Amino acid sequence: MKELSLNILDITENSVKAGASLTEITLTETPETLIITIKDDGCGMSEETVKSVIDPFYTTRTTRKVGMGIPLLKLASEQTGGEFEINSSDSLEDHGTLVKASFNKNHIDFTPLGDIISTVTTLIQGHPDTDFLFTHTFGEAAVSLDTREIRQVLEDVPLDTYEVIKWIEENLKEQYSEAFPSI
Amino acid sequence: MKSLAELQAIKDKMKDKVILREGSGDMRVVVGMATCGIAAGARPVLNALVEEVNNQGLGGKVTVSQTGCIGICQFEPVVEVFEAGKEKVTYVKMTAEKAKEVVEKHLKGGRVITDYTLKDENL
Repeated sequence: MKELSLNILDITENSVKAGASLTEITLTETPETLIITIKDDGCGMSEETVKSVIDPFYTTRTTRKVGMGIPLLKLASEQTGGEFEINSSDSLEDHGTLVKASFNKNHIDFTPLGDIISTVTTLIQGHPDTDFLFTHTFGEAAVSLDTREIRQVLEDVPLDTYEVIKWIEENLKEQYSEAFPSI
Repeated sequence: MKSLAELQAIKDKMKDKVILREGSGDMRVVVGMATCGIAAGARPVLNALVEEVNNQGLGGKVTVSQTGCIGICQFEPVVEVFEAGKEKVTYVKMTAEKAKEVVEKHLKGGRVITDYTLKDENL
């Protein structure tokens, strides 16, 4: 993947497919590191399945036998000297999956984050009935978007309405230019 | 700032249109958004489709949605067009530019762009 934001889009698609009602995407940055966490309340995976998703030759998909999403993110993280972690539970009371990847931003093999706003709007456009909480912090500065708040205002107007997607895009752009004026 | 008040205004404006929208959608455009599609550039293709469908005033007629792996990863980004009573059209190796052209010529104009479609000899 050319941008980490594309890995984020890819991994979050798994959360949606797992039936998550809320997926939290959190980016925590310092001048040296970036930590990406994707946490969902989907159906989760058994211990055995978790072990095998790290293997590129494991997938639940039936159209093709190779699943590359998790291995690609793991590789992107580890090639910068970062750490990768995946935790999941499929118990009835407390189910969901947490994927966490850290990156050394100054490493030569660090993949840039890229167009994260586009990833957020693409997720909402494709899955207007599930909720996303997006947070990006850099020290004191923060950008955040919660579709539950948006949904409350919109009532029965769907989130994938063109004007709404545009509003979300503009809102995030403005938040970014205020929070990180140098970027 | 793009405030919640502005969002409220969008809601008020869209409320009447929602009912209208539900009865429509005779054309469905689907973009493959699995790992293969995303890695090959499906995100800008999807965004170009959403943008252009709106620009051409086709919002009431065309629904743009996402799907998983279609099974022809070597041809990603893949865009499928479904229309009632017609055979499915599969566009392969798409770009944002080609996607805009598909909206204008096919979705709006009704002419399939065969230069971009999947041919039997490719399979």
